[in-house]
Amino acid sequence: MRKRNLLLPLAGFLLCGVAFISYPMFFAQFPATRDVPWMSWLLFALGLGMVGVGLARAFRQPERYRGRVAGPIFGVLSLAVLGFFLFMTLSLARQLPQSVGAPKVGEKAPDFTLPDSQGKPVRLSSLLAEPSGGAPGSWVLLIFYRGYW
Amino acid sequence: MSVDPPETTREHLAKTGWTYTFLSDPKGEVLRRYDLLHPGGGQAGDIARPGEFLIDPSGTVRWRDLTENYWVRARPETVLGVFDGLKGRE
Repeated sequence: MRKRNLLLPLAGFLLCGVAFISYPMFFAQFPATRDVPWMSWLLFALGLGMVGVGLARAFRQPERYRGRVAGPIFGVLSLAVLGFFLFMTLSLARQLPQSVGAPKVGEKAPDFTLPDSQGKPVRLSSLLAEPSGGAPGSWVLLIFYRGYW
Repeated sequence: MSVDPPETTREHLAKTGWTYTFLSDPKGEVLRRYDLLHPGGGQAGDIARPGEFLIDPSGTVRWRDLTENYWVRARPETVLGVFDGLKGRE
């Protein structure tokens, strides 16, 4: 009987690749799958499960299945992809400054003037002084983001 | 607010259709004053570390969020809930 080609470890490895890529490309756009990347973990679990089943077949039934060389290679590669994903989401993303000098609740926000997207100067105190909804001033939500769009 | 120059922001707003005010601080002067500069955090130098501040009309910070993981940010519904709570107490 001709031995069967083993596609499971390859498919599992590719699924791990999809799990990695789909986080920044897709799942990170939605808070429900971004803050805790459970969808990505699920995809990794499925991918590694497929690799695991493929390896078990290759080594337990070598007379029926091939893949005792390729299987472990795809297994190691899959684990490496998972490792890099965990490093990216759990370690690299936490390497942020402590910002102990940032304005605290109850403190005044330092005033500043910066250009908007049209190059027009915008002053924080002017935004706060704009009347809104019958009140003499406005609340402002100041969002700092990493940029590079 | 970010270190992106106005041109970069303009292109992005043309794509997304967002209309709120985006400010540019390419030299990081305001970021430094707010202690929110992340030195070498970007592909080409210093950028902002993510953070959100809710400021009342007197210029006082009433709420802030400084995430410890840049994939995790304050959600809009969280900020709106905080805002409603603060306004309700006035």
